[in-house]
Amino acid sequence: MRYAMAIDTKKCVGCSDCVVACQTENNVPIGYCRDWIVEITEGVYPELRLENRSERCNHCESSPCVRCCPTGASHYSEGGVVLITPEKCIGCGACITSCPYDARYPHPDGYVDKCTFCLHRVKDGLKPACVSVCPTKCMYFGDLDVPNSEISKVLKIRKHKILIPEAGTKPQLYFLI
Amino acid sequence: MKEEIFSSGRMNPMIDPTLHIWHWHIPVYLFLGGLAAGILFFAALYHILGKENEYKTAVKIAPFLVPFILVIGLGALFLDLSHKIYFWRLYTTIRFESPMSWGAWILMFITPLSIIWCAFHIRELMPKWDWKFKLVIRLEEFLRSYKTLLAWFMLVAAVILGVYTGILFSAFNARPLWNTSILGPLFLASGLSAGAAVIFLMSRSHKEKLLFAKIDLIVIGIELFLIVHLFMGLLASTQVQIDAAMLFLGGPYTASFWIFVVILGMLIPAILEILELRGAKIPALIPAFLVLLGSLMFRFIFTYAGQFSSWTY
Repeated sequence: MRYAMAIDTKKCVGCSDCVVACQTENNVPIGYCRDWIVEITEGVYPELRLENRSERCNHCESSPCVRCCPTGASHYSEGGVVLITPEKCIGCGACITSCPYDARYPHPDGYVDKCTFCLHRVKDGLKPACVSVCPTKCMYFGDLDVPNSEISKVLKIRKHKILIPEAGTKPQLYFLI
Repeated sequence: MKEEIFSSGRMNPMIDPTLHIWHWHIPVYLFLGGLAAGILFFAALYHILGKENEYKTAVKIAPFLVPFILVIGLGALFLDLSHKIYFWRLYTTIRFESPMSWGAWILMFITPLSIIWCAFHIRELMPKWDWKFKLVIRLEEFLRSYKTLLAWFMLVAAVILGVYTGILFSAFNARPLWNTSILGPLFLASGLSAGAAVIFLMSRSHKEKLLFAKIDLIVIGIELFLIVHLFMGLLASTQVQIDAAMLFLGGPYTASFWIFVVILGMLIPAILEILELRGAKIPALIPAFLVLLGSLMFRFIFTYAGQFSSWTY
């Protein structure tokens, strides 16, 4: 099993619904976020190119955060999802520093927090909160090991990229371009 | 001209706009760890070489500082943790891939070792010292019969501790400035230089002072050589590492790095030590203080600049 997510940058309008859905579903403390929108405008007016991306933890296959964690609090769970056990986390900050995507943040309660791909929902057969609310349906989530899953199919037919491939972390967040 | 506007909705405290998760605790802890490693290294080395009585400060006196230095350092590390009540989790796991785990375990090993080392020499400071309990006296006698073996352990552990203070940083590929393995030897050299400076400062014997001035001079030479290589390596690497090097070559950390670390922390003490070796009377406090200041500033600047450097995408 290999869970992954794909975001269609051609469909995303940057409405931040995914951000709010995540904050509500996961009780993210006020002022923090587990996912966020990035907008990049390139070119010279009037010839501009816009890319919207909904970003979060990349649930890397070779995660520097799991490697750097001194207590094993950061670990791989079902489907390669990277999770943190709060009762094992000492809050040393090594994982936060090790993430090239800066996807982690220190929770006000002391432990480190980040996106979980909503594993609690996925186990119940639901989609992650961000995916389920997207008004443009630009997000795909599923198991890459199942050839017929929605995400496997969309990655087969659409051109896509990953962020900072040169960091060598094998991220599992794909952006359709 | 091609323009690019990047805007992100993310504003997590201590992560955005630039990472600032490690404050003063980490550089203080790394400085004290490096200093302790330096002192213990020379204590073990000159015991193994059989020069205990010739270089008494190095082997017998200076190590008394080490337990205090380590405890203060560990205190700083503890303050840095944001989930403090779970700190003991460090000692229920051994994770070979995690430098932080290596550090916690090596400190667990070297702190008692340094206390045992002090126990061997307590009568140098307090001639009337009495252990009072038979068990402790026996234990001390037993350990003393293995003193040279313990010295070897201490030598190796001191090197690991010194290198670890740098490896802690270089293991993070997310921070291009740190992601160079030369930081291991560089931080070790900086720790040895700080250790030599403390022994130089404390010593009352002229012969010992001259030896440690010489050692410090050599180590400073090695440090300068490693710094040149650090920048050569970064500048010959990928764009993000070139950008990281530029932080010190025209960027925001240029003045503080070259003034405090290189000029005040290395070049001036080196000149003063050369003068000392040529027979001039230089108050020991000046070069020793400058070396220690440079060593501390080096860690501060690297901790802050490293967090400032990142991948952009």
